[in-house]
Parts: sequence; C-alpha cells; structure tokens
Amino acid sequence: MKSKSRTSAGSADQITRRGEQAVKTGAQIVVDTLIEQGVETMFGYTGGVVLPLFDRLYDAPINFIVPRHEQGGCHMADAYARASGKVGVMLATSGPGACNLVTGLATAMMDSVPLVALTGQVRTELIGNDAFQEADTTGITRPVTKYNCIVKDVKDVARIIREAFYIASTGRPGPVLVDLPVDVQVTKCSTGGPAEMKLPGYRVRTKGHARQISTAAEAINKSKQPVLYVGGGVVSANASQELRALAEKAHLPVTMTLLGLGSYDQRRPESLDMLGMHGAAYANYAVQECDLLIAVGARFDDRVTGKVETFAPNAKIIHIDIDPASISKNVSVDIPVVGDAKVILGELVKEVEYRERKRWFNKIAEWKKKFAFRYDQDSSTIKPQFVVEELCRQTKSGAIVTTGVGQNQMWAAQFYKFIRPRQFISSGGLGTMGYGLPAAIGAQVAMPDVTVIDIDGDHSFNMTMTELATAVEHNLPINVCILNNGYMGMVRQWQELFYNKRYSKSYLSNPDYAVIARALGAVGITVDKKEEVPKAVKQMLAEKKPCVVDFRVEREENVWPMVPAGKSIDEMSGLDILERLI
Amino acid sequence: MKHIISALVENKPGVLAHVAGMFAARAFNIDSLVVGRTEDPQLSRMTIVVIGDDRVLEQVRKQLAKIVPVVKVQDFVGQPVVARDLMLIAISVPPEKRPEILSLIEMFRGKVVDISQKFVMVEISGPEAKIEAFINVCKPYGIKSVARTGTIAMPRHAKIEA
Ligand SMILES: Cc1ncc(C[n+]2csc(CCOP(=O)(O)OP(=O)(O)O)c2C)c(N)n1
Ligand SMILES: [Mg+2]
Repeated sequence: MKSKSRTSAGSADQITRRGEQAVKTGAQIVVDTLIEQGVETMFGYTGGVVLPLFDRLYDAPINFIVPRHEQGGCHMADAYARASGKVGVMLATSGPGACNLVTGLATAMMDSVPLVALTGQVRTELIGNDAFQEADTTGITRPVTKYNCIVKDVKDVARIIREAFYIASTGRPGPVLVDLPVDVQVTKCSTGGPAEMKLPGYRVRTKGHARQISTAAEAINKSKQPVLYVGGGVVSANASQELRALAEKAHLPVTMTLLGLGSYDQRRPESLDMLGMHGAAYANYAVQECDLLIAVGARFDDRVTGKVETFAPNAKIIHIDIDPASISKNVSVDIPVVGDAKVILGELVKEVEYRERKRWFNKIAEWKKKFAFRYDQDSSTIKPQFVVEELCRQTKSGAIVTTGVGQNQMWAAQFYKFIRPRQFISSGGLGTMGYGLPAAIGAQVAMPDVTVIDIDGDHSFNMTMTELATAVEHNLPINVCILNNGYMGMVRQWQELFYNKRYSKSYLSNPDYAVIARALGAVGITVDKKEEVPKAVKQMLAEKKPCVVDFRVEREENVWPMVPAGKSIDEMSGLDILERLI
Repeated sequence: MKHIISALVENKPGVLAHVAGMFAARAFNIDSLVVGRTEDPQLSRMTIVVIGDDRVLEQVRKQLAKIVPVVKVQDFVGQPVVARDLMLIAISVPPEKRPEILSLIEMFRGKVVDISQKFVMVEISGPEAKIEAFINVCKPYGIKSVARTGTIAMPRHAKIEA
C-alpha cells in the first residue's frame, strides 16, 4: 500500500512538471472541494489522524467552529443546515471522534437533514488491525447515514466529496459520512482531471406524475372536509410559499407535524397548529373527521397517527413525498405522488378551485374555541407555558427556537406561534436530549442577525451544557431558557399517569445554572417569581452575550392534551382540563 | 409468500453489509441471499429470497432501491423465471448400498464429485423443490453435511428480449 501511494505521488509530480495539472495532497483536495461546494462555515474537532486536514484548514477561508464535544458539533452542523438550508459540515477524528458523531448523525438521519460528516481514519495498511483509535466508522455509522464510504485512493477524494454533498442535499436529504485514512490525506495527486460523479444507483425524481397530480386536484376539488397535513419535507423543499398558495386558493385547513412547524403561518385562520400525541385537539379531530387527507412531506410517524388502524378512518389519502419508500409504509395511500413538494404543490395550485366549505370551517372553529391550548394563568407559580408565551410575545413570533426533548419541547411547539419556515429547530424523529443548546449555536452561526432561543429542559441541558463555552468563545448571543422543573418532566408525566406516581430515577439534583453560565463567561439569570418573567426575558433579549435564564417553573405541570400510547388520536386525555380553564 | 428479488449493485465494499443491515434493521425475513459477479465488472447481482406479504415486499423493494449503491431492483414474482440452487451433499453410503444410491443420483441428475470408503459427495442443482426432494431421499442413508448456495434466478428469455 505504501509503495503504491509513493508511485502515484511520483507520477503526479511528473504531470506538474509538464505543467498540465496541479499536484495536491488529499487533505488539500478535501479543503478545496469543500470551498468549491460553497462551504463557508464548518464544525470540527481535531485529533491524530486529521492533522493533515487541520493543517490545510489553518488558513482556509472557512469559518471554523470547534465544539466541546463531537456530538455537539454534529448537532451544530445539523442546526446550521436546518436554519440556513445549506449543507452542514462536521469533521472529526477517527475512533472516539467518529463514535461521538453517532447520536448527531442519527438525529440528522431521522429528521432528513443534509449533513456531510468527514472523519479521519487510521492508515489504510493498519485498517482491521485494531490500531490505536481505529473504529469501523463506516460499519458503525451505516444505519445512521443516508450513505457513507471510505476513500482508499487519493484520486477519488474530489469525486467522493462532491458525491457526498450531492447525496446529502438532494432527494430526501440526509447525512453522508466520508471516512478519510490519514495516508490518503497526505498522498499527493494530480488534480484537474475529471472528477465527475459516478452514482449509477442514485436517482432523484423531482417532477410529480402529471396524471397523479390531476387526480389529486380532482379529489381536493370534490372534498367537503379536507385537511392538509404537512411535515418537515415542506420545510426542506422550501415549499412554504406553494403550500400557502394551495391552502388559500383551494381553501384548506392546515395542520403541521412537529418538524412541519413554521411551514405555515400559525397566525393565519387556516392553521390548525400541530397534530399528534401532544397536538391540538382541533387538529386531531379534524384529521379524524376529514374526508380527504393531503399529506405533504410527512411520514405518518406513530407520534402523529396514534393507533394507525383508526387514523383518519373516513379519509381518502393523498401523499406527496420525495421518498417513494415513505409512501404506504405505515398507512396505505390512495393517491401517491412522488417528487419534490415545491414542484408538485406548484402544479397542484394550478388545478385546484376555491370551495367555501363553510360547515367544515365552522366546525373547526368551534373545536378551536373549545380546545385551545391553555394553562392556569392565575397560578402563583411560574407556568412553563407562560414563559414560552412571553418569549413569543416579546420576540413577536420572530425568533428561531431550538428545543431540548420532553415537556419543554412540546410546550415550545404548542405555545410559540411560528410564522416562517426554518424557525423551529427540534429533534423530532430521534428525540435527542441535549440537542437544544448546540442547535441554538449552529442556528445562530447560520443566522447571525436573528434572535435565537433555546427553550430547554433542565435535564436536556445537562447533557450538552459544555457547549456554552463554544457560544461564549464565538460571542454568539444565543438565549437559553431552561424550563427548570427539576424533573425529567416528560418521564415524570408518564410515571404519574401510568406508573402510580412512582418517580423512579426521573429527577437528579441540578446545579445552579446561572452560576455555571457565569463561570463559562455567559450571562446567568435565575427567575423564581412569576412577575419577574417579563423583565427577565426583556433583559435576556437585550444581552449581547450568550445568556442563560433558569426559570424555576411549576414542578409537576403536565402537557395536555395527550394521546396515550396505542389510542386513536381523538382519544385524548386532558381535554376536561383545557375546558375547565376556558 | 416467497419472492425472488434480484438487485444489481455497484461492486463496492460495504454494499453487502448495507443490504444485509437494512434487512435486519427493518425486520425483513431473508430466506437466502446470493451475491456474484455479472457480465459487467462494475456490477454484482444479489439474489435475495424474501418471505412476506405484498405490503412487506413493497417496502423491501423500495428500501433496497433507496440504498445508494443499489442500481436496480426487480421482483420476479408472477413472472416466468428460471430459478436454481446448487448443493453439495455428503451422504454416508456403505459399499453394498452404492448401486442403489448411484441410481438415485442419476434419477436426480446429480453428479458424484468425490467418493471414499464411507461417503459419496454429490453435486446437484435445480429448483429448490428438487434439491429438497433429493435431501429427503438421502435422509435414510445418513447425511453427513450439506452446503447450498441459495437461489439464483433469471427471467425467461422471452421476457429479457421484450
Ligand atoms: C439522549 C436521551 N436520553 C433519554 C431520553 C428519554 N427522555 C425523553 S424526555 C426525557 C426527560 C427530559 O427531561 P428535561 O430535559 O428536564 O425536560 P422536561 O420534560 O422536564 O421538560 C427523557 C429522559 C431521550 N429522549 N434522549
Ligand atoms: Mg425538566
């Protein structure tokens, strides 16, 4: 292997002498290809076998952010991608560095986020020998990436990196990992030759089938009780405008999944907000009673459908999705349309007609009035929902919101009203605690002029709080709002409801977050009185530094409504509580 | 129901792991999986026998096609195909029973490829049912060991030309 690389380097030199092509190391080719792909910002953490790459990055025109843990870096790159629509890039060393990416890759995979992860690998000749810091990175990450590969020949570096960006960002987006042995990084190679992509097995269908689109339009025109059910695919396809045009022209109510939030302006009358396990009762009722369900870029996840056999029982189902495999996976579909949501919705708009659907919209309006998201506003304690509402009020629905996982995430989704796509950034599919803070950093790097708020849980924050140091280092004015209930609240809620209030291992002693924030160079504020909430939010938003606000909220508040596991989505608990609060 | 799925895949490292991993991760049931070269050095063919209902098979086909290095996926269900297994089987046969077993082997168009004091090794190919039948008739003699390839298949000529 060694002698082989020497020969290829030799021949490369000869070519330069003839002055036809440039000779570069693998590492230089990587960096040049990143720049060629439009990478302006990337995230990464160094180590033994990526030193050649870091050397080439030393003076490269790329804004480089080093997290405190590779998982954090991967979430940052992920949120950078979600906020900007560009491909996120994360670089890590072999072995432990690569292993630390796994949670981040799985998070991005489940939520279809375009990400390119580059990992160093031990020298090609040592692979398989249990060498120092060797891990079977492609083997470990295969199930959590859209595609991955190891580059064994420097001549393939440019092509494979191009392919990685192309695969990550087209079709149903997802993370792609490229493993780069250190000898490939240092081997020289002539460049300038053709590095065209070779992907005979990768096809993307963007244009929808014209007849299917017409069939869908007819069904919409005929429907008396339709519902649009939209997911993250609308956000990643940048199809919000087309969605709005369709909903307005055909006059359709719109409900969104957790990841779909932001794709439709929640202030508009057609919005039914979020559906599903902790979704709006009015959204769930509308879905259960609709005669036509138009799913766009959504995948009938079990958190949305509840008991799948009784999901939307009377509905004909149209499913628009770029991924043929997501069609009829969980629910059998009547009118499938495979392709890009933006293109298909654009076509669909042309063929639909306005229908008043007065009875349907009246019914929905009644449900909306009766079962709005509510909480006890007269309580003397700080209600977590109140904090989220106050954040929404003071930022005028304009902030980018990231979340932890658990009750905090659900309250953020229920009580912040989103108005534009890429505004709500949350780990939906994998439900990764610890996502919120690094995600806020990634989003703030992507959108320096937008207010970024991490609405977090105390225990979610515990998992990755070290990244506060990263925010401080880069002077990122992120706002971390910990809805500190002293519990793994969502777990506690289940234990309260289904395990006789036996709160087994669902609380830990927490540190004083404001003190921690200050120790790391951020601003730290503690709020334990309800009346101090608005002032604290105001102060936080005025801060130029990263700011952590520890809201000591009501400890045993629950998220309502709730569809218990295995029930239909119209069998919600907690509706009596919502009605009592009217 | 049994389906024979034929997948053309790029001849790259990791593809087999990817395909096998996908089947395991999605709890699909593999009956057999055969990988071999094709007329094109860049491509290999995987022939996978899968058991499942229509819904499962639809997902199998789609999830296979979604794997980046998988170039083409065909499900041969409901079409005329030639499907073959190859088996090597060692049968314990005392010398006095040899004429008997040899005539059986001939009936099944098998071939004796090795012979010793106590055993004959037979090479036999054909549709799965024939292989199974041969195993059954050999059982009374005592089977020492069996090595089978799993099914490979190709649609009948008329289909290829069409
Ligand atoms: C990495 C990870 N580990 C475990 C879980 C399971 N889990 C889901 S919610 C939750 C509790 C979250 O607690 P906290 O962050 O305080 O949020 P709260 O529900 O109290 O708002 C746990 C443990 C998870 N989602 N992610
Ligand atoms: Mg908590």
